Amino acid sequence: MPQVTSDGRTLINFILNGKPASGQAEPRMLLSDFLRQVAGLTEVHVGCEHGICGACTLRIDGEPARSCLTFAVQIEGRRVDTVQSLLGPRGELNDLQAAFRKHHSLQCGYCTTGILMSATAFLEKNPNPGEEEIRDMLSGHICRCTGYVGMVRAIKEVVASRSAKSKVPA
Amino acid sequence: MKQEAHIGKFVGRPMERVEDAPLLAGQALFCDSLPTRPGVLHAAILRSPHAQAEILSIDTAEALRQPGVVAVLTGKEIKEDSDPFLIVLRKPMDQWSLAIDRVRFVGESVAVVVAKDRYVAEDALDYIKVAYKPLPAVIDAREAAKEGAPLVHPACGSNVVSERHFSYGDPDKAFAEADKVVELTIDYPRNSQTPLEGYVVMADYRQEDKVYDVVSNFQGPFTVHPVMSKALRVKGPQLRMRSPAYSGGGFGIKQAMFPYVVLMCIASKRVGRPVKWVEDRLEHLTAAIAAPNRVIRARAACKKDGKVTAFRFEQLDDYGAYLRPPMPGPLYRQHGIMTGGYDVKNMTITNRLVMTNKTPSGMVRGFGGPQIYYGLERLMQRVAVELGLDPLDVIRKNLIPAGSFPYRACAGALVESGDYQTAVAMAIRDGKLDELKARREKARAEGRLYGIGYAVVVEPAQSNMGYLSTINTVEERRKAGPKGGNVAYATVAVDPLGGVSVTADSLPQGQGHATVLSQVVADELGIDAADIVCNMERDTQRDPWSIATGNYSSRFSSATAVSALHAARKVRAKMARIAAHVLGVPAERIGFAEGKVFCIEDPEKSLRFSRVAGTAHWSPSELPPGMEPGMTEIGVWSAPEIEPPNDADQINTSLTYGFVFDICGLEVDRDTGKIRIDRYITTHDSGVLLNPLLANGQIYGGFGWGVGAALSEQFVYGEDGSFLSGTFSDYLCPTACEVPEPQILHMETPSPLTPLGAKGIGEGSVMSTPVCIANAFADATGIKDVKLPLNPWKVAALIQGEEPPRPKGQAAPARARTSGKGLQGEGSAFVPATPEQVWATLINPEKLAQVIPGCSKLEAVGPNSYRAELSLGVGAVRGRFEARITLSNLKAPKSGVISGGLQGPLGSSEGVGNITLEAVSGGTQLNYDYGFDISGKVAAVGGRMLDGTARVIMKQFFERLASLTEGRAVAAAAPPPASWWKRLLKALGIAR
Repeated sequence: MPQVTSDGRTLINFILNGKPASGQAEPRMLLSDFLRQVAGLTEVHVGCEHGICGACTLRIDGEPARSCLTFAVQIEGRRVDTVQSLLGPRGELNDLQAAFRKHHSLQCGYCTTGILMSATAFLEKNPNPGEEEIRDMLSGHICRCTGYVGMVRAIKEVVASRSAKSKVPA
Repeated sequence: MKQEAHIGKFVGRPMERVEDAPLLAGQALFCDSLPTRPGVLHAAILRSPHAQAEILSIDTAEALRQPGVVAVLTGKEIKEDSDPFLIVLRKPMDQWSLAIDRVRFVGESVAVVVAKDRYVAEDALDYIKVAYKPLPAVIDAREAAKEGAPLVHPACGSNVVSERHFSYGDPDKAFAEADKVVELTIDYPRNSQTPLEGYVVMADYRQEDKVYDVVSNFQGPFTVHPVMSKALRVKGPQLRMRSPAYSGGGFGIKQAMFPYVVLMCIASKRVGRPVKWVEDRLEHLTAAIAAPNRVIRARAACKKDGKVTAFRFEQLDDYGAYLRPPMPGPLYRQHGIMTGGYDVKNMTITNRLVMTNKTPSGMVRGFGGPQIYYGLERLMQRVAVELGLDPLDVIRKNLIPAGSFPYRACAGALVESGDYQTAVAMAIRDGKLDELKARREKARAEGRLYGIGYAVVVEPAQSNMGYLSTINTVEERRKAGPKGGNVAYATVAVDPLGGVSVTADSLPQGQGHATVLSQVVADELGIDAADIVCNMERDTQRDPWSIATGNYSSRFSSATAVSALHAARKVRAKMARIAAHVLGVPAERIGFAEGKVFCIEDPEKSLRFSRVAGTAHWSPSELPPGMEPGMTEIGVWSAPEIEPPNDADQINTSLTYGFVFDICGLEVDRDTGKIRIDRYITTHDSGVLLNPLLANGQIYGGFGWGVGAALSEQFVYGEDGSFLSGTFSDYLCPTACEVPEPQILHMETPSPLTPLGAKGIGEGSVMSTPVCIANAFADATGIKDVKLPLNPWKVAALIQGEEPPRPKGQAAPARARTSGKGLQGEGSAFVPATPEQVWATLINPEKLAQVIPGCSKLEAVGPNSYRAELSLGVGAVRGRFEARITLSNLKAPKSGVISGGLQGPLGSSEGVGNITLEAVSGGTQLNYDYGFDISGKVAAVGGRMLDGTARVIMKQFFERLASLTEGRAVAAAAPPPASWWKRLLKALGIAR
């Protein structure tokens, strides 16, 4: 049973980037607002609040989801991963993030955290995509700065380097 | 031929960005993530649903009663606490931060609610009651310019608020002697690059020192700072403007947030607490700004061989409802270079500035360039077509000749360097134009629509801050005093341990300025770029700034980067003197490298960089005689070449002029009208590239938006001024599937006017791409009047002709004409009761209340005239409405007219419907048709769903009428919709 406070807020327990977390929210509070305003995350960026731009994308139980189209109460007991989940133990960028930097895949960087989450989930399911599939995945996001060229290059490079690694005999 | 460029250890290298790690890790702080003072309140803005209306009254009492609401401000409070914004023209067209007495565009701010959080503030908007008297609106620029059009600002007496004529050389003679005059009129649409992060303003009025402390993602130019401080009736230093280091895109658009800055300042003063406002996407698309739509009638006087001897341009530029400073920048920013890349010595320009009932126009990347080059380059393509020449030959015949630089264009631009012929030749060779032509031949042989387009652009950078004074006459300019220049600031500081930090006035919005500043300063001081810390925040109370401060007109590489170079050189000179003093060698023999300061002739004689810097901090007494202690230097830079306009109205509108030449090959699908960009080659000469990785990023990004502008992006308005593109499902930004990768070619002809040799690179592609695609489309289809955006339905209509009329028997009956997001429909229903019984239901108020979907209250206000309260929804959006309903032309029990209007927070609607009743066997056949206009939020966000929603509501109305007449209560839920399925099966002959 959800715990409801006297002012109508619900206590939400969830797993945030691998660690237990909790916070209170009204039933109508968007997950994006909850994570920014209650959980104090800076990496969830709100771009359109109607599910088109993709900037607020994160993963819920592994699946990419728009946090602006999700209510906070919907994540009770679930796993939420943001771009922080990609960082190494000392906060270092992973291969995909580093490739984004190498190929100048971001300018203002507002859309980037969402794109990294979609791309990560996509590459887990489809480790060897062609350029057309990569572009199709990226089409769930709007970037106004880059023309997408650097992102396509970065993802292609990560696909190649991951697949080369996976072929190395143990 | 690639010219030798200045390459240092860091400058000129494709260094990865220092900005990226925090962004990729999600740790970069955008404005909405910055800390706020305890007690911060949140604002929400009520906006006009009308394009033009008188505000009769605003009742805020009920909104104020809502729990959590602290204040509601209207125009009354704004008028008490502020003055109207200064504008460029002396015209009676005041604008304030909230509408006063009248609204002039859909989305105009009418009231602001300040509450404990944004959810509560937005809820309270619904309780503000505004009575409007709608007035005729004018939307189309040409219509607005006509005599007798509804006036946006009646006190001005005309919607055309500025008209200036310019003549350079002897255009009359050139036109008289022309072999042919080629003419074209273009309509450039209204669009915007729409940053993903909207406006954010936090205002905190500090009563104790009467300072408005503002944190916002305003991007400059700070010419607007005096506009805001004057509106707030304070001295400049009392308006503290701070901006964060990271901004989620700007593209010029974050200049136009200044009315909100003033609004939140007043709100904060009124409530005595800090107030924060974060714009949402609907607000941004509806009411932020758009690039001005423009009509250009362009004419070229030509010789038979394709040589153009003169141009005539008549421009009508649409600034929407208000002229916000620095408007009308887009009309004058490139005035000096209206001849583009061509050596044409004669020209007339007529500039007319028109006001309409649309969102005010503003700064959008390219700033007039996409419009101008659309006119110029489409005209050059037409010159070729009409003279039977190859468009590329016409371009080459007219390009400014190599070797004629510095070249003074007839309207005043001083094009300082370039080699256009070489750039074009490189594009043809390395872009493999031959191959592209072969693809076109092959495609055409197969009956496909394939075309090749070209575009030539001279890319201006670092605006002359005096260009806007060209709008004034020579006499007016003399009176006001000369205006020119573009002052840039940067500071370089070395701390006691040798740590180097840099600040600058460029307010980056994602371009990577910190990276380039690190490169420039590192090369001067002989240290590693990675060891430099750049703080890109700006604070007008603590940092040097000028009216030119900000991020616009591609001024970074030719202005701010140069000021950083100057600051670094000052630091270097000072450190060289200190080292020379200690080492006992002349200062001019001191070198800097690898973190060492040394004697060039004898590198063994060296000091650590940190030691030299430390001397200035730790032991001023050991400094050379007369030297000031400390190690912080300010670099200031403004080039002398950007002078005020002269008495012949010639103006060097920018400091540097780069060159862009594009080639596009595209195919048009005959069946769907979809355009596929097959190949795109873009050639740039932007002088020295300070960081090629970032330079290419600017080109790719500019190209991406250019593709959007060419193929899909447009702000759409109904004839009545309702705004119809309020979501990213209506305003279509291109995705990775629509934007191909262009081939980029570079040459580097240094600018002799900037110490780094760099020109601008941020805007050329947004100027060249739309028209290059349009020229390729024109080549593919032979169409002369190419109107952007070339979306599939428009292209299909162009290449396939008008759709055939409906087959006989299915023709829609003539219905009430609508002008906004006009909905029309028709239908019929069967009621198993006599016409008399149906009629009785219809004119009985109690029953009518039950028949009208969502009606919670209905009261008679006169014979057959009612006021009602309704709750209606479109998609996920549901809202309360107040309705006026009148039944007229009642011919019992045969026919009647229902007319009226709806008004509510989601928008308003006016409409009319006809009903006829016909006795048929077993009951009554009801036939109806309707037509109504919708404006406001519903029209902006729900356009795609409105037709369906209207049909559903109408259907509900008649179902309820039927069931109520039969004497049954209206079911809470609609009956299962089995009927269409059955009808389908019946139509297919499967069921009966």
